Amino acid sequence: MCLAIPGKVSQIEVQDGVRCGRVQFGGITRHACLDFVPEVNVGDYVMVHVGFAISVVDKDEAERTYALLETMGVLADELAPGGADSTPS
Amino acid sequence: MKYLDEYRDVKIAHKLAAEIRRRSTRPWVLMEICGGQTHTLMRYGIDDLLGDSVQLVHGPGCPVCVTPLEMIDRAIALARRPDVTLVSYGDMLRVPGSETDLFHVKAEGGDVRVVYSPTDAVQLARTQPGRQVVFFAIGFETTAPAHAMAVLQAERLQLQNFTLLVSHVLVPPAIRTLLGSPKNRVQGFIAPGHVCTVVGVRDYEELVHEFHVPIVVGGFEPIDLLEAIHMLVTQLEEGRAEVENQYSRSVQYEGNQPAQKAVALVFEVSDRKWRGIGSIPESGLQLKERFAGFDAERRFDLADVRAEEPTECISAEVLLGLKKPTDCPAFGTRCTPEKPLGAPMVSSEGACAAYYQYRRHLVTL
Amino acid sequence: MRRTTNTGVISLHSELVSNDETKDLTAFSCPVPLPAGERILLGHGSGGKLSADLLQDVFLPAIGNPVLNRLEDQAIVTLNGARLAITTDSFVVKPLIFRGGDVGSLAVHGTINDLAMGGAKPLWLSVAFILEEGLPIETLRRVVASMRDAAANAGVQIVAGDTKVVEKGSADGIFINTTGIGLVREGVTLSATQARPGDSILVSGMLGDHGIAILAEREGIQFETAVQSDSAPLHALVASLLEATHDVRCLRDPTRGGLSSTLNEIAASSGVGMELLETSIPVREEVRGACEMLGLDPLYVANEGKLVAIVAPDSAETALRALQNHPLGKDACIIGGVTAEHPRMVVMRTPFGTTRIVDMLAGDQLPRIC
Repeated sequence: MCLAIPGKVSQIEVQDGVRCGRVQFGGITRHACLDFVPEVNVGDYVMVHVGFAISVVDKDEAERTYALLETMGVLADELAPGGADSTPS
Repeated sequence: MKYLDEYRDVKIAHKLAAEIRRRSTRPWVLMEICGGQTHTLMRYGIDDLLGDSVQLVHGPGCPVCVTPLEMIDRAIALARRPDVTLVSYGDMLRVPGSETDLFHVKAEGGDVRVVYSPTDAVQLARTQPGRQVVFFAIGFETTAPAHAMAVLQAERLQLQNFTLLVSHVLVPPAIRTLLGSPKNRVQGFIAPGHVCTVVGVRDYEELVHEFHVPIVVGGFEPIDLLEAIHMLVTQLEEGRAEVENQYSRSVQYEGNQPAQKAVALVFEVSDRKWRGIGSIPESGLQLKERFAGFDAERRFDLADVRAEEPTECISAEVLLGLKKPTDCPAFGTRCTPEKPLGAPMVSSEGACAAYYQYRRHLVTL
Repeated sequence: MRRTTNTGVISLHSELVSNDETKDLTAFSCPVPLPAGERILLGHGSGGKLSADLLQDVFLPAIGNPVLNRLEDQAIVTLNGARLAITTDSFVVKPLIFRGGDVGSLAVHGTINDLAMGGAKPLWLSVAFILEEGLPIETLRRVVASMRDAAANAGVQIVAGDTKVVEKGSADGIFINTTGIGLVREGVTLSATQARPGDSILVSGMLGDHGIAILAEREGIQFETAVQSDSAPLHALVASLLEATHDVRCLRDPTRGGLSSTLNEIAASSGVGMELLETSIPVREEVRGACEMLGLDPLYVANEGKLVAIVAPDSAETALRALQNHPLGKDACIIGGVTAEHPRMVVMRTPFGTTRIVDMLAGDQLPRIC
């Protein structure tokens, strides 16, 4: 219950009093309702579920946590003798 | 694809898995709630990566699986009416009701259509004024805002031929039921990231305070789930029980306020039956009185379509994580995706189907 | 266990009959098993397990014979010393006209491809039309012109035809049935029974284009994309391949049911296992985007201008180059290999090094929200 994927907002307009726009997912484009993300701008990424944007992807959070993961990876390399191992038994 | 591919990075996945294996001193029992998360775990073989460091069990996170028999039967009854166009998400088409499923009904000549978005259903109603368009509105909290908007749009357009057959369920009451069971073995939860994107994190704080079990809000890509598992294992090893947010690129503490407002406008909390589990109080949503005109159960007489569920069922034990699909005597033999005995075998997110489809080569049947 | 409705009608669905509905649920505990289907479902035409069941349960018992039972894409019969390939196919597609083709060009290409997969040079086609009452004649003209062009470009002749008209509502505009006849290349024997452990598995290009191009125009799903159907005649590509190497075991075109169905069929016919490398599976970005959005797996999406080749290991590189040197095979790659392990099962090695099964679908793949 929760298939939502990130897409880039390429256009925003108001139709029948509803804020909507076009969102690109890796080369295909679909219209989506943007009423739940009033703060969104063209160029932002949104999580889209059944044709509705339910959040704007927080770029800073994404970068911060990703950087943490990469650091953790480096630490793991340093701590484990011989480096990180791959698949277990 | 941005914000997707990074979270499938192989090196980071292996490092996270190694960290989890290093940190874990016993096979903690962890449950993910959402069907989409189950799908990812199965698809990428994450349980293999983690070995014995944790034991993953799969929760009732598939609204397809937990939609009560009665609701499926009602959808079928509606689809059989010559004046009705029954519109549904693809997931629901193969779920068995008491006697048949929507796929068979379509074969018999019923007008059953699949859509990606509820706005497509509204559009259908607009372009076919002569048909009664009924939208099978299933889902967790993630999908409720979209359904609310569909109703508001239909109201604005003054559509006379559009109704919803509502079968919405809420996650926290299910977790509460699970944690309240004396048979519960789950020691930590991965909360569903898209549900929390909509409703925020507060409900899960209450659960943590009540049951002293760590909960991490997790995303849906393999790195998200591995990171969430890592956070849970760390908490458990340190004896903590808190709510943490792994999926912070999408989930904020307060959730999505405009989405919550739309839901509050159109829906209210109600008791709901969960297939295989039974009735859980205040675990569902129904349309508010103001929108009664868009309620298919009021427009059409469905009161005599009832079904009884067995009070105990291994579906329930699987859904509550007490048993693995492979513990079921019928798994893979009498119960397969082509001839499913219960809902968890039908939806590709159902624990049984996921096990059968992706992992049965590891199990002797 | 019994399922009761409020009106007191009892539906018996379980082998285990209990007099007391509320107790003794220990031995058999799942909700209602569906009775064995008595009607044809859309899934029976999807190329997956249901289609296979229909063959085994209905068709083969009635009309099976040594040639038919081989269940290859084409039948090979001998006439006066020459080996003829014969195939038949029906084309039902909605919408009739789509990006990259129409039902007419689809019919010509699809028939040619079935012959080509048997190593045959396609020579003649027959076409039979079932037209729906009310179809605009202009549409028919367009489709027929498309067939003429497709046939001419491929060097095949349409030598026989038929037309029937059915009442409005009984057909999706146009249904086309074809028969194709070709001459099998000397010294070439291709069959789904010939895959052996150690063989390489190649595909001729990007997967999923056709299915996604069609889905993009379907009501209720619509999205914008530049993806076109890959519908194309593959006989020249096949000829290039067979000229370059004699070690091709099997060729198949992964149409309905996608790559997964095709590989599962070959694995079952040859009694072998297969292992694919997920990082090697070629899918274009737009197709991936559409699949992510709808929750589909590209392995199950239809192709109409691609082939799968099972090739002896020593000839894999030669075969690959031969495919890549042809315009229709420029994106060809090796995606995995045949193995003696887990016979009849196709397994995918994920980018993480773990494995999962690539199963045959029961019916059509449906978009999902879960």
